[in-house]
Amino acid sequence: MAILDVKGLTKTFGKFRALDGVDFEVRKGEVFGFIGPNGAGKSTTIRVLLGLLKRDAGTATIFGQDVWSDAVEIHRKIAYVPGDVNLWPNLTGGEVIDLFASLQGDVNAKRREELIVKFNLDTSKKCRTYSKGNRQKVALVAAFASDAELFILDEPTSGLDPLMERVFQQCVEEVKAAGKSVLLSSHILSEVERLCDRVGIIRSGVMVETGTLAELRHLTRSNLYVELNSPVTDIRQIPGVHELVEAGDGWKFQVDGDKLDAVMSYLSPYGIRRLESAPPTLEDLFMQHYGDVTGRAEEGDS
Amino acid sequence: MGRSMAGSGRLTRFIIRRDFFRLLLWIMSISFVTFSVPLALQELYPMQEQRDGIAETMRNPAMTAMVGPGDLENYTIGAMTAHQMLLLTAVAVALMNTLLAVRFTRFEEEAGMMEMVRSLSVDRRSPLLAAMTVLLGINTVLAFVLWIGLTCLGIEGMESSGALLYGLTLGGVGLFFAGVAVVCAQLVESARGATTLAMIVLVGSYVIQSSGNVTESVMIWLSPFGWVTSAQPFSENNGWPIVFLAVSSVVLGSIAGILQGKRDLGSGFIHQKPGREHASAFLKTPLALVLRLQRTGISVWAIGMLILGLSYGSVLGDLESFFDGNALLANMLTGNSDRPVAEQFLPMLMLVMAFIATIPGILALHKLVGEEKKGRVDSVLGRRVSRTQLMGGYVFVAVMNGVVMNSLAAIGLWLAGRSVMAEPLTIATVFGASAVQLPAIAVMIGVSSLLIGIAPRWSSLVWLYIVYSFVTLYLGSLFQVPDWAARLSPFGWVSEWPSESVNWMAECSLLGTAAVLVVIGLFGYRRRDIL
Repeated sequence: MAILDVKGLTKTFGKFRALDGVDFEVRKGEVFGFIGPNGAGKSTTIRVLLGLLKRDAGTATIFGQDVWSDAVEIHRKIAYVPGDVNLWPNLTGGEVIDLFASLQGDVNAKRREELIVKFNLDTSKKCRTYSKGNRQKVALVAAFASDAELFILDEPTSGLDPLMERVFQQCVEEVKAAGKSVLLSSHILSEVERLCDRVGIIRSGVMVETGTLAELRHLTRSNLYVELNSPVTDIRQIPGVHELVEAGDGWKFQVDGDKLDAVMSYLSPYGIRRLESAPPTLEDLFMQHYGDVTGRAEEGDS
Repeated sequence: MGRSMAGSGRLTRFIIRRDFFRLLLWIMSISFVTFSVPLALQELYPMQEQRDGIAETMRNPAMTAMVGPGDLENYTIGAMTAHQMLLLTAVAVALMNTLLAVRFTRFEEEAGMMEMVRSLSVDRRSPLLAAMTVLLGINTVLAFVLWIGLTCLGIEGMESSGALLYGLTLGGVGLFFAGVAVVCAQLVESARGATTLAMIVLVGSYVIQSSGNVTESVMIWLSPFGWVTSAQPFSENNGWPIVFLAVSSVVLGSIAGILQGKRDLGSGFIHQKPGREHASAFLKTPLALVLRLQRTGISVWAIGMLILGLSYGSVLGDLESFFDGNALLANMLTGNSDRPVAEQFLPMLMLVMAFIATIPGILALHKLVGEEKKGRVDSVLGRRVSRTQLMGGYVFVAVMNGVVMNSLAAIGLWLAGRSVMAEPLTIATVFGASAVQLPAIAVMIGVSSLLIGIAPRWSSLVWLYIVYSFVTLYLGSLFQVPDWAARLSPFGWVSEWPSESVNWMAECSLLGTAAVLVVIGLFGYRRRDIL
């Protein structure tokens, strides 16, 4: 069941098309990873979902309600952590957490205290004195102490140290175990790989890929390492082989998912002495899409 | 100089380039008003007899409190300009310097730009030195432009030496308040706090000047505005105020430099103590948040307005006795009305106080734009808070500020008047005269709501409208501004009660206009993107 459903979402700022027909959904009880380079449209999408920006075309619903016209109703059951947490310099962290809780509705006082201890936050300090990481902790405590059904997290760990990142990941796992949904936008691909059930990659305002990690891997290249008995010179010529490098006694390269069989058939006559295969990391997927942009730009130039 | 002030030259050029139009606009507006006043006066009062007539109307303590003493025996166009304009222009120049100085220093530091600048090969005190260099420069340019401009008008009674003194006095007082502001920016940790502190000094100096000049006491020596009123260009031509202003500016600048060298980036000398770990039971709604964020500002304005009312009220007794002894003058001024003199003056005093009370109202509403620009609105609207509720809270506080501030000034005026007057004004008279201004204040708040709702980038235009209103109505009573020009401002529709009867129709129309503007603003705010 889709908690959050976005279809053909378009947003322009003047002549600039920030979002150009974005489609994706977040289902109940899943963690959806939202990745893409800076300026790809992640934060714009999230700000449209929060009813802060008005979309120019497409539909966007959360809990089946329209994100613009039913914003207040929707916000009752969502928790949001912005990428740049800006707080009132003359209020303390504790005051801000309580204020956010009051504005949200239900206050879980016990959970609030637990989270403050977990995140190791001094709530008696004025927000003016907080570092980026500490401001993020304030927003995270306020979000995870709430009884939200959907968590919208926009690069929530960019200022946290590795210990706090771990605490954050535990929090996400806990809310997921409780059957709640999470939209996690992030640059930290290892984090997305660890936490997310499904992933969407956005580029220049277009969703270029969505699916589970397994599905995405199917579509893309595997990393192979082979050592052969007899020398072979023209691996590079085999269709579907990329990024070939000589490594030690063998070769390292990537193979397109649908060419794997053909490549293996070509190589087996040479006697395969050793074969290692690793699934592509999210970073590979990401770089593959990101690389395409530069590739296309070069083609355009020539 | 040398390495100890590394980078200050480059930073100076950078400030000028970045804020060139801001600086140009300030200089042009102040010069424009300064040059147009003597030309207007010459047009209106070409004959010396006419000017002497005006001089007679100026012989009263209320006028002295407001603009300082003048050379009423020899009321040439020059003396007249200096009397009616020098102090008020000095206040404007002081304001300009305060805002610019805080902008160049604490604002940059608070916003984080200073951190990056200071990470470069730049000395700790260089940004401050650069800011002070630019401020010295702009005040020098202002003095020079005024000197040349006033001389070139070629008006009789406005010789070059007087014009030079006029320009230097304004440049000097500007430099003084630039010094005050840079010191405040060292003491307090936020730009807003620094501006507030400098404004307290500014208002305090004006009040001290008023009482000092009215009572002709040594108090004028304590206020830079007292020095300004002692310069008397185009008549006595006293040079010593320039020396006073210059020396104290250097002292203030040096204090700021020493303090800057001693403190950490981002910190001040007035420190924060650890705060609450929990929000109070009060801080639960968007409205409560607005009040909590603005409570210091609101309190400071409240005290200021009360003091302003008290200082205006304290001259009412002198006013009364003065006119009692001069039937002819009283008759001339009050247009054969049989009402007491103080009541005749009341609408003008209330108008000035209403203008000032509008400022905290608009400031409160403009915080909404500030919050939006600083990205803090997202955190509130991302929760169960509607835009109507959020903006409604700000409009409520703005209206509340307008009403409370205007009423506090009236209370001050009534309290002081009661103790100094033989026949005190009744509380009903004072509050009535104050209350008729409220619909006009509401319209100003409405205009501000409209701009914030539909054109947030242009929200500052409301200040221009307030300045226009002040110029046409306040100065319009000194010169003859056409009726329609005054009617373009909501304050132009306010009844001069108790001198004339209340025009209920106009008052209700103002309230209706205000309500419509606020509603359109709210609708606009609901429909637009959050920046």
